[in-house]
Amino acid sequence: MSGQEKQTVADVDRTLYDFKDDESGSSFYRIEEGLTRDIVLQVSEEKHDPDWMRDFRLKCLEIYQNTPMVPWGPSIEALDMDRIATYVRHKSDMKTSWEDVPEEIKNTFERLGIPKAERESLAGVGAQYDSELVYHNVREEVAQTGVVYTDLESALRGEYAEMIRAHFMHLVPPTDHKFAALHGAVWSGGSFVYVPKGVHVDIPLQSYFRLNAKGAGQFEHTLIIVDEGADLHFIEGCSAPKYNVANLHAGCVELYVKKGAKLRYSTIENWSKNMYNLNTKRALVEEDGIMEWVSGSFGSAVSYLYPSTILKGARSRMDYTGITFSGEGQDLDTGAKVVMQGEDTSCVISSKSITKSGGIGTYRSSVMIGRTAHRARASISCDSLMLDSISRTDTIPAMEVLTDDADIGHEARVGRISDEAVFYLMSRGVPEADARAMIVAGFADSVSKELPLEYAVEMNNLIKLEMSGG
Amino acid sequence: MALLEVNGLSAAVDGQPILQGIDLTIEEGSTHVLMGPNGAGKSTLGFALMGNPRYEITGGSIRFGGEEITELSADKRAKAGMFLSFQNPVEVPGVSLSNFIRNAEHMQTGQPVKLFGFQKQMKSAMELLSMDETYADRDLNVGFSGGEKKKAEILQMLMLKPRLAILDETDSGLDVDAVRTVSQGVRAFQQEGHGALLIITHSTRILEALHVDTVHILVKGRIVETGDAALIEEINARGFERFTQEA
Ligand SMILES: Nc1ncnc2c1ncn2[C@@H]1O[C@H](COP(=O)(O)OP(=O)(O)OP(=O)(O)O)[C@@H](O)[C@H]1O
Ligand SMILES: [Mg+2]
Repeated sequence: MSGQEKQTVADVDRTLYDFKDDESGSSFYRIEEGLTRDIVLQVSEEKHDPDWMRDFRLKCLEIYQNTPMVPWGPSIEALDMDRIATYVRHKSDMKTSWEDVPEEIKNTFERLGIPKAERESLAGVGAQYDSELVYHNVREEVAQTGVVYTDLESALRGEYAEMIRAHFMHLVPPTDHKFAALHGAVWSGGSFVYVPKGVHVDIPLQSYFRLNAKGAGQFEHTLIIVDEGADLHFIEGCSAPKYNVANLHAGCVELYVKKGAKLRYSTIENWSKNMYNLNTKRALVEEDGIMEWVSGSFGSAVSYLYPSTILKGARSRMDYTGITFSGEGQDLDTGAKVVMQGEDTSCVISSKSITKSGGIGTYRSSVMIGRTAHRARASISCDSLMLDSISRTDTIPAMEVLTDDADIGHEARVGRISDEAVFYLMSRGVPEADARAMIVAGFADSVSKELPLEYAVEMNNLIKLEMSGG
Repeated sequence: MALLEVNGLSAAVDGQPILQGIDLTIEEGSTHVLMGPNGAGKSTLGFALMGNPRYEITGGSIRFGGEEITELSADKRAKAGMFLSFQNPVEVPGVSLSNFIRNAEHMQTGQPVKLFGFQKQMKSAMELLSMDETYADRDLNVGFSGGEKKKAEILQMLMLKPRLAILDETDSGLDVDAVRTVSQGVRAFQQEGHGALLIITHSTRILEALHVDTVHILVKGRIVETGDAALIEEINARGFERFTQEA
């Protein structure tokens, strides 16, 4: 944190994420609220699905209706599916140039800094507004290496149709849990990425998800295949303005990391505090492959978020670095899951949680070392920082080990900001509020270090914002 | 006008009175030494002067640079030009030493600190203190040895250039060479920076290369004797016995 960055941090504007754009006009198409067979068919028609996809959606609806709610985790009783519009889109098509994106939507993304980030530091950008991608573009030189980065809908009809059909919801089947089934029934938007063998994409690709509509759901699907020996960093950002009715996000991310490939998947999530974030993310890693998750969760009323990794191939690796900030009215249940199957596989899970103003932060993890995973190594650490005594933090680690040669380390720490440290910083001229923010940012530093600079700055801004009670 | 004027200062911690009517005047640019047995209240005085909220001021007043500061928070005292080198510096994970100093400088002056000039200054101050450059990027005091922490305190003092620095046992825990190095740093502050000092110490080695104007003996929360540098010799030879008996 240099002197100058500090200034940026201090200048944060609370309205940054919380502006609303009026969607009552005739330029938006909105499906009626609720979830019925008719609604699913309407979504399917809107999206010009191939037949198999339409049938798949109907099957998912049936599974959804026959699956009970999860019996654990934060309460989602306040979420009433009859009041959620599952599909809202602007009546214009996806563009490949910001110029052509409708003014009111472009302004939203300008305010969030997306086009600027694209110009400066990204290999490609996808921008989703409510249920549909409104913009998708990838740099010419990246496209030339054979990298595919497109919206999932057009990919379903194009040259990669078969590849998608062979992977779509195979890693996260609709039977996985109720919201996976819901996702399968009404999914819309999201991206498809394919990185061919041996191709290293040096700068990140980014998708930004904005849910602007009131009382709506966002169900984007992200499918990424990193072929043998290839390397990709994918960044996902999300935000929404705050309404006084519930919004729902039930996206799904499926990642395939082939032999010797490496994928880093970074998320900065800042959903508004009326959002139910029930997102499912899963990766399958082959021999010598590396999966890295970097995850910052700041928003939403309730989150269930546990990026999962199946380390299938020998010597495959997983690294999870995550931070969750739960403030007033937030109940965030986050963590990581890993299933180790290959020999000599290893994982490092490092999770941090900050709670404040009565927020609840639960770290929930599961590490499963299968019978075939000889000499597997797992290291888990979770640190919690409670900023006051009315907040709550819990750690629920589960572990199942079916080998006798596993090497496992686990540590958990709960702490508070020490008055001594605050005084120490103040004695150097730092005002109390800044001293506290500095200590919290320092606590989060191991996560921001993993992010590209602009995102690290955004994360510091979010911390500062949360610290000032915003 | 004196830089620091303490009048009848009393302070308590956790309801227990520690300081009982301290009078102390420090002129601009002068060097004072504060000695006294363990538990006498030396660190308490340092904390009370710097504004640690744990130490409750139960009487008297503190003026600094002509301003009444008894009620000011620590950051405002720092901005006014006070500095405390801690007896036990605090570890702050995730905040690098150099970024922290640059930030503190920014907050004290209200001016952004230019990177180039800052780095140059850091480099020369670290050289003076025989600190490895890599420490600049390490987390503030985290995993620093006892001696390294003390050097980092003096580094902060040299960079922040206060008008008055209170050094609370900055020399304890330092090896022979380190005492000499730190003493050089303090000398630079004294001579080039024209800073005033209140040096709390049990040893005289750090004082060897320094000019000392005044020495105070603190026993059971009271200053029982004030004199010139000759007092240090006496303490060295005979200890605090004479003063503790009187007190
Ligand atoms: N935070 C505190 N809580 C409880 N007691 C305290 C606290 N700080 C100081 N005291 C008590 O006040 C008295 C003075 O302590 P202080 O640390 O000021 O002594 P000192 O002169 O600096 O001693 P030393 O030479 O050992 O550093 C001691 O009896 C100590 O136990
Ligand atoms: Mg002491």
